[in-house]
Amino acid sequence: MIVTILFFALALIAVSGAVSLIVQRHPIHSALSLIVVMVALAGLYLLLGAQFIAAVQVIVYAGAIMVLFVFVIMLLNAGAEERTNVSRMAAYIGLPLSVVLAAGLAWWTASGSQALSALSGDVTPTRSLSMMLFQEYAFPFELTSILVLIAILGALTLAKREGGAE
Amino acid sequence: MFLLEHLWIIPALPLLGAALNGIVLRRQAHAVVNTVALGSTALAFASALELFREFSALAPTSIPWGENFFPWIWAGDFRADYALQVDQLTMVMLLVVTGVGFLIHIYSTGYMEHDGGYGRFFCYLNLFMFFMLTLVLAANYVLLFVGWEGVGLCSYLLVGFWFHKKSATDAGNKAFWVNRVGDFGFLLGMFMIFRNFGSLDFARVLPAAAGAPADPAGHFGTFTWIALALMTGACGKSAQLPLYVWLPDAMEGPTPVSALIHAATMVTAGVYVVARSHIIFLHSPIAMAVVGVIGCVTALFAATIALVQTDIKKVLAYSTVSQLGYMFLACGAGAFSAGIFHLMTHAFFKALLFLAAGSVIHAMGGEQDMRKMGGLRKQIPWTYWTMLIATLAIAGVPGFSGFFSKDAILSAAFLSPYGGKILWAIGAVTVLLTAFYMFRLIFLTFFGKAEYDEHQIHVHESPNNMLVPLVILAVLSVIGGWQAAPALWGGENHFEHYLAPVFADAASAMEPSTSAMNAHSIEQQLTLVALILAALGFFIAWWLCIKNPKLRDTLAETFSTPYRILVGKYFVDELYAGAIVRPLLWSSTNVLWHGVDEGLIDGTVNGVAHLTGETGDRVRHVESGNTRSYASWMVLGAVVFTSLLLWLAVH
Amino acid sequence: MVPISYFVVLSALLFGLGVVGFLFRRNIITMFMSIELMLNAVNLAFVAFSRAFDQLQGQVFVFFVIVVAAAEAAVGLAIVILIARNRQTLNVERVNLLKL
Repeated sequence: MIVTILFFALALIAVSGAVSLIVQRHPIHSALSLIVVMVALAGLYLLLGAQFIAAVQVIVYAGAIMVLFVFVIMLLNAGAEERTNVSRMAAYIGLPLSVVLAAGLAWWTASGSQALSALSGDVTPTRSLSMMLFQEYAFPFELTSILVLIAILGALTLAKREGGAE
Repeated sequence: MFLLEHLWIIPALPLLGAALNGIVLRRQAHAVVNTVALGSTALAFASALELFREFSALAPTSIPWGENFFPWIWAGDFRADYALQVDQLTMVMLLVVTGVGFLIHIYSTGYMEHDGGYGRFFCYLNLFMFFMLTLVLAANYVLLFVGWEGVGLCSYLLVGFWFHKKSATDAGNKAFWVNRVGDFGFLLGMFMIFRNFGSLDFARVLPAAAGAPADPAGHFGTFTWIALALMTGACGKSAQLPLYVWLPDAMEGPTPVSALIHAATMVTAGVYVVARSHIIFLHSPIAMAVVGVIGCVTALFAATIALVQTDIKKVLAYSTVSQLGYMFLACGAGAFSAGIFHLMTHAFFKALLFLAAGSVIHAMGGEQDMRKMGGLRKQIPWTYWTMLIATLAIAGVPGFSGFFSKDAILSAAFLSPYGGKILWAIGAVTVLLTAFYMFRLIFLTFFGKAEYDEHQIHVHESPNNMLVPLVILAVLSVIGGWQAAPALWGGENHFEHYLAPVFADAASAMEPSTSAMNAHSIEQQLTLVALILAALGFFIAWWLCIKNPKLRDTLAETFSTPYRILVGKYFVDELYAGAIVRPLLWSSTNVLWHGVDEGLIDGTVNGVAHLTGETGDRVRHVESGNTRSYASWMVLGAVVFTSLLLWLAVH
Repeated sequence: MVPISYFVVLSALLFGLGVVGFLFRRNIITMFMSIELMLNAVNLAFVAFSRAFDQLQGQVFVFFVIVVAAAEAAVGLAIVILIARNRQTLNVERVNLLKL
């Protein structure tokens, strides 16, 4: 019962956050809306019993990545968006198609899912997740660490000013 | 037996001569070219004589003697090999072609002495001999057609020999094109023969045709169509109505060419084909009638045109057309051996006439208009006497060769069940006309006062290498018909007897309507009538050309319209030009060239290229450099993909 | 009892909104954020299915997605900074040197 209410509430927050993301003019407002979405999603993860993921979502995604976004927006002094209208393709074809896409995906996944068990209060132990992560998926795990290293190096190289040491 | 087994040698000899002269020896001294050209032709003639000896020793059952040398075309059921055959008809043609050809080669060494294309001329002449011999020796229609086309080619090459002159090249083109029309008919005939008999070999087709039932009278059956198609080809090659128009124009070529090709040999190919296929013609009463009618109408038609021509060679050209008409008249009446007989005697006296005319032209320094000649008989006596002998032969004066052959034709026309009194009557009138225009030619050229400037033109007799062939041909023109002489007093026509095995089936079809004795007396009466007509023609010619020359102009004015029509050659050339040539040129230019070639074909090809460019030009806007449109394309792709998966999942 | 399909539908909805946002915004950073929204939607779907089939692979995958998203965001924003520096604009329509 309460799960249902929570679900719909969180879903509503997420959707309105997403809508707000795409209609706001100023990027900072869009960033804040995205944070709202992420927090809502974290709540939904909790509903699904994935505590660790929920925590990671808030800490990493909302806490680090979105902060990065906000920093960049501040750094670049991004202002409200101007109105240029060059791509007719996007306007006339993109919108209907994306609606179609979303609807199609929804219908497909919804109709295809057979005996999906309803939600119960089961919670996934972090322990079992970490066991899987460090045993079966140890190699991809190490790879991702290298990936992060590369990303750092890349970001540094790209953003460096010409001819000067930062 | 050697030549009988190696028949291919006979055509190969002139081919070798042509190859040597044409490729290697063209610019060599005349003596070298002469040796090769004359040598190969002389050897060919000698081979023909030797072959005659061998052939005479053969038993009648092994005639026709055929040799298959190598397989040539082999496609499914159809077979046409390089096979040559000899029978009596072939023998006659061989001797005529090689003999007269050899004499004309000798003549040409003198006539073409000062021409720059000497080697090329003899190459073409030898090449012509090769093709003509192939035509005559062929044992199937396909090989015959090779020879047929080949002589057409050589005619084109030789008529347009002086290719710097536009009139010569035009005449060569015209000869080839008009021949082509006939060849189309010939090809259709060959197709029909193959369809009905399954083969094109004489040895298979002719006996099979003999066994088949004939077409009923008045009915257009199989044999009729085949015969008419073959006759179309013969009309083209032998210059009959309506395809005769190329022959007078072909006089643009050198005179030896006119003698060899357009008098003695090539134009007789049509008659040969009809004679060879006589069984097919005999099985179709309609075709026999058509052949006879075409023959005699052409004879009359051409003779009327010859009455008023002023160019000496044109008179002889129309005379050739007319005499060929006689040969077809004979074939149409069922007297095929009479037609071949006339072919042979005509070869002698017509070749002689052309060569002598060439001698006259040579003596006059190139002048061909008879109105500008006159009184030449004292200055070029040899030419005059030989030409006179030929004229007597063609007019049908008794004792000369033409008399016997023409007589045979006219009596066959009168007596044969295929003939008719009308055909005979037209033939008889033509006798009168022939005598008239030939003696007119003699009188205008050799008698009367000289119409040319005697200080400008020094008339001189031709050299020996031109005169000797004239004399030989003159002798042949006299004695050439004598083997038929015994028929006059109830004996046997030896020539007809010789060819009898070939035309055996024809003879049985030709039951004369009257008894033998009656037939003989009718023949004698017909001969008398013909003689009277010939004498009448001579007399009129003498009256108009010697006694009362002014009368000619008076007649021309009085009957000005008929006169103008005759001088204009019935305006047939203009008719063809307007009705056929101009529409053809117009449609070729506008429909085929501009319409199909430029519009359709070029349009398609260019259009495809243009379309590619246009498409590329339109499609390149996808790569707009605009991120958002790229994104929307991606969304489109994603939608398509998910729809596809959805559809697959559902079904 | 909330059926899993609700979560999945929500995920599709969020994804669609992310696509719309990507197509219609002109600011590069906002477009980037739309991409992040799409990734999040996918994450939700993963977790939902992981729960539905009672397997943990889904959550492990979400983990990796988050890591990669972080790396991508870092590099991507570095590029955005470069673009802003060179073209003096954050409007993606202005970044059109490849346009014919």
